[in-house]
Amino acid sequence: MASNKINSFRNGPDEDGHFGIFGGRYVAETLMPLIHDVEKTYNEAKNDPAFKQEFHELLKEYVGRPNPLYHAKRMTEHLGGAKIYFKREELNHTGAHKINNCVGQILLARRMGKTRIIAETGAGQHGVATATVCALFGMPCVVYMGAKDIERQKPNVFRMKLLGAEVIPVTSGSESLKDSMNEALRDWVSNVEDTFYIIGTAAGPHPYPELVRDFQCVIGDEAREQILEKEGRLPDSLVACVGGGSNAIGLFHPFLDDDVNIVAVEAAGFGVNTDKHAASLSGGAPGVLHGNRTFLLMDDDGQIFEAHSISAGLDYPGIGPEHSHLHDIGRVKYVPIDDKEALEAFQLCTKLEGIIPALESAHAIAHVMKMAPTLPEDHIIVMGLSGRGDKDIFTVADALGEEI
Amino acid sequence: MALDRIEKRFEKLKTEKRAGLVTFVTAGDPDLGTSLEILKGLPGAGADIIELGMPFSDPMADGPAIQEASIRALKGKMTLAKTLEMVRLFRQDDQVTPIILMGYYNPIYVYGVDKFLYDALSAGIDGLIIVDLPPEEDTELAIPAKKVNMGMIHLATPTTNEKRLNIILRNGSGFLYYVTIAGITGTAKPDLTPVKNALDKFRAVSDIPMAVGFGIKTPKNVARFAEFSDAVVVGSAIVDIIKNNIDEQNVANSELIGRVLSFVDELSDGVKSAKRED
Repeated sequence: MASNKINSFRNGPDEDGHFGIFGGRYVAETLMPLIHDVEKTYNEAKNDPAFKQEFHELLKEYVGRPNPLYHAKRMTEHLGGAKIYFKREELNHTGAHKINNCVGQILLARRMGKTRIIAETGAGQHGVATATVCALFGMPCVVYMGAKDIERQKPNVFRMKLLGAEVIPVTSGSESLKDSMNEALRDWVSNVEDTFYIIGTAAGPHPYPELVRDFQCVIGDEAREQILEKEGRLPDSLVACVGGGSNAIGLFHPFLDDDVNIVAVEAAGFGVNTDKHAASLSGGAPGVLHGNRTFLLMDDDGQIFEAHSISAGLDYPGIGPEHSHLHDIGRVKYVPIDDKEALEAFQLCTKLEGIIPALESAHAIAHVMKMAPTLPEDHIIVMGLSGRGDKDIFTVADALGEEI
Repeated sequence: MALDRIEKRFEKLKTEKRAGLVTFVTAGDPDLGTSLEILKGLPGAGADIIELGMPFSDPMADGPAIQEASIRALKGKMTLAKTLEMVRLFRQDDQVTPIILMGYYNPIYVYGVDKFLYDALSAGIDGLIIVDLPPEEDTELAIPAKKVNMGMIHLATPTTNEKRLNIILRNGSGFLYYVTIAGITGTAKPDLTPVKNALDKFRAVSDIPMAVGFGIKTPKNVARFAEFSDAVVVGSAIVDIIKNNIDEQNVANSELIGRVLSFVDELSDGVKSAKRED
């Protein structure tokens, strides 16, 4: 939630949805009245104790929160430096942080009287989380997923089907996450009366970046309370991976006004100097897409590139607008980690801690592996372990040249 | 010129007591040369106003026909600068037909708003329809456009009420583009009555010319909508003819240009044959 302090990093967005020069509402006119309705409903809901209570009740009883802040002793010992904690979002129901946001948004959808849910998905984690809350609330669910992603994430596709969702393959454009988002927006424009669009990350037109962040702030709020209990003080550093950036903003936001070093890790694919990566801040420029102004990967003519990352969840040519702003003002440092480094981190974490991390989260681990050895033992790092890696075993096996 | 050229065209249509025909094609579809020939032929075939699509990689308000047109143009290395150059060449022979650029904001933002407005005016462009710039974002382009007399055509839709119409018209100019369906281009077929009712309602608020578009595909349909609107827009049906007259490498056959223009001629008969109350 936004801060009341005047000099706060937590005051955004302004009433038109801007974080500095980023954010805004760049959508088709047909959607604008609906976007205003979402904003109005959200503003009422966030001040309604009954809404908050139902949200937190579901997070506790259904999602399984609070999840632990776990001291990764073996990683700490192995790396020989900073003390490493994992915020265990991968232990949530459905196996990632995505469910926090879906619970919040379906409550909003019901509050608005909407009866049909749509979503976009890349790796399928947000699609599964959306299909899950739709099953729980008895609402029909349509998930748009790139034809290419359907091919590489078959288990999640079948999960969504079992949960009762209709998965529609997207064959337009590059057949990946950005095209799924285009297709979901086309559906929404065509079904404004009854449909609510559950956007999976802290991006899109205002008020989505704000409300997704607020729903995900449970990550950072819990981590703050837990580290104070365990260590009696705040951490020195926070680390999380960013694609759209919802798990990162959820972890970071409650600490923005504190003396804490904050690092976000972008997916560098084959490297930020190649044309195959997904690091919009390291390798992109400001532009306008999918309802907001933010850093984008694009050519000189403003045509959007297809992103690349070994992790389908980070495979998006943009990033949430609040991250663009935090990058702009220098409050958060954004660093790239490539496919190879993420794969090594994936294996190390699995072997040392007995935790198979999502390839997305493995990007954060890879950066922790770089920074921890350079830091003293009393330096505390809290890292967001955003999801579990069961979904990625086929991709990893393939990359390691093993048949399963 | 610019906004004046649009206003003059609507004055002319008023004296002719008929609605105008607005035709949409994507710049550079299927290639720059063919596209320029189509553009040059449109006024003669009966287009009263030309809407020229600026290709974009992510046209999220468009249906399959116009999405594919964008992809074809981009495959042929079309750029915003080349689109402006096309219009400059068109203007060598035609000083009276308004040209409206239609598309998405990002290519303009990346080009630079001030530079774009300057270059677009010099090329002979008269108005802009930018699908992802609602009035909430008027400071981006609508207000700078107003200062240099560039037309900024705003959209109204079935989700627009009178209160919102006033917000839309605040910085809108040229004409109002009424989107006949809640949906994307070239898909659902609109019903006449709700569109007529919406226009009646809007006319009580404003006397800006009102064009209707989305899902209008045949000369007969054009005639029906021309009975009560100031202009009728046809896009996907024209773009489909291009798609049906190219090979797998997007190379046009010799019939393409003629077929597009004779279809526009038929559509033009539609606006001219409409039975109007005035």
